[in-house]
Amino acid sequence: MARNVMNLFHLYKQTSSFLSGFNGFQILSKQRGSNSFGVFSVLNCRKSPPSKSFSTGSLSHVDREGNTAETTFDFTDENYEKIENILKKYPRNYKSSAVIALLDLVQRQCGGWIPLAAMNQVAKILEMPPIRVYEVVTFYSMFYREPIGKFNVQVCCTTPCMIRGAYDILRAIQSKFNLEPGGNSPDMMFHLEEVECLGACVNAPMMQVNDDYYEDLTVESAIQVLENLRDHKAVKVGPQNSRHQCVGIQGKTTLLSEPPGPYCRSLETEQVKKAS
Amino acid sequence: MSIWKASSTWVFTVNTKLVISHCPSLRGFATEAPKKETWRASNAEKSFGGLQDKDRIFTNLYGELDWTIKGAEKRGDWYATKDLVLKGRDWLINEIKASGLRGRGGAGFPSGLKYSFMPKVSDGRPNYLVVNADESEPGTCKDREIMRNDPHKLVEGCLLVGRAMGARAAYIYIRGEYVHERKRLEHAVSEAYQKGYLGKNACLTGYDFDVYVHYGAGAYICGEETALLESLEGKQGKPRLKPPFPANIGLYGCPSTVTNVETVSVVPTILRRGPSWFASFGRKGNAGTKLFCISGHVNSPTTVEEEMSISLKELIERHAGGVRGGWDNLLAVIPGGSSVPLIPKSICDDVMMDFDALKEVQSGLGTAAVIVMDKSTDIVHAIARLSKFYKHESCGQCTPCREGTGWLWNIMERMRRGEAAKEEIDMLNEVTRQIEGHTICALGDAAAWPVQGLIRHFRGELERRIDVYQQKLAKQQQKTKQNETVSSAAY
Repeated sequence: MARNVMNLFHLYKQTSSFLSGFNGFQILSKQRGSNSFGVFSVLNCRKSPPSKSFSTGSLSHVDREGNTAETTFDFTDENYEKIENILKKYPRNYKSSAVIALLDLVQRQCGGWIPLAAMNQVAKILEMPPIRVYEVVTFYSMFYREPIGKFNVQVCCTTPCMIRGAYDILRAIQSKFNLEPGGNSPDMMFHLEEVECLGACVNAPMMQVNDDYYEDLTVESAIQVLENLRDHKAVKVGPQNSRHQCVGIQGKTTLLSEPPGPYCRSLETEQVKKAS
Repeated sequence: MSIWKASSTWVFTVNTKLVISHCPSLRGFATEAPKKETWRASNAEKSFGGLQDKDRIFTNLYGELDWTIKGAEKRGDWYATKDLVLKGRDWLINEIKASGLRGRGGAGFPSGLKYSFMPKVSDGRPNYLVVNADESEPGTCKDREIMRNDPHKLVEGCLLVGRAMGARAAYIYIRGEYVHERKRLEHAVSEAYQKGYLGKNACLTGYDFDVYVHYGAGAYICGEETALLESLEGKQGKPRLKPPFPANIGLYGCPSTVTNVETVSVVPTILRRGPSWFASFGRKGNAGTKLFCISGHVNSPTTVEEEMSISLKELIERHAGGVRGGWDNLLAVIPGGSSVPLIPKSICDDVMMDFDALKEVQSGLGTAAVIVMDKSTDIVHAIARLSKFYKHESCGQCTPCREGTGWLWNIMERMRRGEAAKEEIDMLNEVTRQIEGHTICALGDAAAWPVQGLIRHFRGELERRIDVYQQKLAKQQQKTKQNETVSSAAY
């Protein structure tokens, strides 16, 4: 293993000579990636340190109004009931299993993001050290530690969507609503994100807005969906063309007849056969 | 390094030839007739495909019928489940083994064998079944259809597979983005509890069994079995070293088996209709029916249940309306989700869709997510985007993967523009070899394979781009030189 790592290192040294004059590093550092490593430290620093390559923004906590170590947070009574039900699923000595579910509740209660005080509260409820909760929050891409726009627009741009024009949609949304991927619109209505595969590839290209999938998009229909959401108009969830779920646009090729009713082979005769 | 590597390969080839020509006993091998290509549909003893509606397992795949327990029971779910559970553990395992079912999550490991690894006698720790519903492999969207349209197949499957491995509870780990699918699944589980199919004395069999739905928060790596267990325990989803294997020490330190949604969902139907029925589909060793997700440049992208070993061409033409612009407009296909190498049109023409055939052409069936790319595709960009995906999703635990995936993407982006030297193609290949097999989990391998596939089949395209770029660069340099001479002459 050590030798291989050394080989890789050697290779990088060689590669970097090819990269002279190429701003590869800058590109990497501009990209927002999954937040998987680095230490999440609770620093009372006013300025966020420059983000390391690959990470989603800064891994450090930055004090802001309404999100300092002194801010208080508590779940609503309704959510406490939900927490009780969630905790029933796991063994009593493994309460920490519920951490993702609880953080999801926080995010729904706070309007799309998780303040530091809420992480501490989750840690208290689940009897975990706070650092373990910070680790989880920074690892998973669905958690936000800064306030985001009301509608979290996530455009899938992985290859199956990309080859069907996902980047055209992303660019159109960017220019139409004055947004950058990873940023919020000036009126805080939208937060835009380029995300990885959302698992609706036969309905590509698609985007997720809050909990709902909008599929089979075109540039026009994507903009239309967002405008309707902004103006509180009714929006159809799912495919935006005439399709039903994952049925091909040219119609069904299978499941054309009524499905058969309950059936089970005779289990006794099988045994008799085997015995004989 | 690349030059060294290239020269060493060359020396190696010369030596091999010398050895063969000077060694009479080896000459036979050199002149041996080429091996029969068993991956070709035209070489198979019969043609596969054309599954009939009466033989489909997922009868509500398109969500046109009632997905709740009433509709599910009408379609045959939860029928005679009690008798099947009462048959006992060994009988269940043997039936699953006899059906030839192989895991539907990508690796294709025989399921019956996997379930039999669970300890037969408990040392006091409970056994757990963990269902992997963290479907996030690019191209794959089959489990989503099962969970939103046929959730009872999965819930019933949990009970039967759980009984087969002596588990007391099942955890279904569903990805966080599937909010509606999770709600349906939770509803289906609560319906099963109300009917007495789950819980204490499940289905009046005297066996206690619970099913819990747990959800993640957006991390591809949590689809890896040990990362999934870590995530379920409330930690960062970083894979564990194996051994110990989950069947010994898994969830909460107890024996566990992680298995895919589709694998679990087909088990009840296999048990009711008999393993021989299931084994009658597909080639030997690749039994059964399979959900195929056909996406990309086809006229009618869709998810469909078909017989294993169906030829790729027939699958696309029969169910997905054919390739956009006709079959001749096809460039390449990724046959099993983003982690497997692509195959060019020449192979697509005649390849069968099963584990062994695709392995033979140096690709894989994976999750049977067919991503079709026509000639308008920027193939280098398509693979570069996959490299970005893996860079984004690497958990950062192992250095070769954490650093290597970034470099792969970096070099691939330059290859896309042609901004590279031709030796770098070999260097890129070398980087993939340095990642592959040097990491705790298979994400490193998965990141390496698509790039390897591209180099294997589209090296010419990479070289062409480099040539074009070099020509452009030379022209530019010439221009600046001319300008310089003009401006110096003006002085």
